[in-house]
Amino acid sequence: MERIPILKLRDFLLVSIQIDMHDRLAMTLQDDLTAEIVKQRAKAVLIDISALDLVDSFIGRMISNIAAITRVLDAETVVVGMRPAVAITLVELGLTMPGVRTALNVDRGIELLEAAIARRDAQDEAAE
Amino acid sequence: MIVKREARMQLRTSEDIVRARQTVREWCIAEKFNLVGQTKMVTAASELARNTVEYGGGGELQLEAMEDGARSGVRLTFSDKGPGIPNVELALTDGYTSGKGLGLGLSGAKRLCDQFSIKSVVGQGTDVTILRWS
Repeated sequence: MERIPILKLRDFLLVSIQIDMHDRLAMTLQDDLTAEIVKQRAKAVLIDISALDLVDSFIGRMISNIAAITRVLDAETVVVGMRPAVAITLVELGLTMPGVRTALNVDRGIELLEAAIARRDAQDEAAE
Repeated sequence: MIVKREARMQLRTSEDIVRARQTVREWCIAEKFNLVGQTKMVTAASELARNTVEYGGGGELQLEAMEDGARSGVRLTFSDKGPGIPNVELALTDGYTSGKGLGLGLSGAKRLCDQFSIKSVVGQGTDVTILRWS
């Protein structure tokens, strides 16, 4: 069965979507990521969409769902590499993706996630 | 306004939606759409193709390459013989959804193109036509 690979790097899960996903494949990715976050005790998820030439309401909703699910599972999500034409179209379509953090590229995305994890660890220590 | 060429494709499965996106992209490129124009038209097509598959029970996409004087464009017609939309005005409202979607399909697609028309008869089906110039 067709699947989008999920890579583990230290505390992170990395996903790079390189193909035009049909709707069922997008749902499979959402389910797979949820299972992997728990299994790998991941603290953060980075989703690279730089190869996507389209984000419609279905894919947008999948991304929002992943961000919401990771938050409930005590992890962070960042979406990186959205193409300018995709960003313009998303805004016009009316899709806002609330709660989804974005960064321009993978480097900045990882910086953002590391900062968020460090902040959270500091809060945990202060609480103890 | 003349039709330079025309083609039809089936819309039954979620793989058909992907094929429709790819075909619409090729037609937009052939009609010299810029990247933003292509992306908008393909995104609109994706939303409407999904409506045809999910709510219309499957149907057909007609593609037409248009010419009007110096400008060229692409016209897409999504037809199904599904249940139809009882209140088209309501269905065109942002956030209105009859199913599991976000309710952006019709209203979003309308914003992404230059012309939009919808004809729906309850019990007979729905035709949605969009046109975008390059």
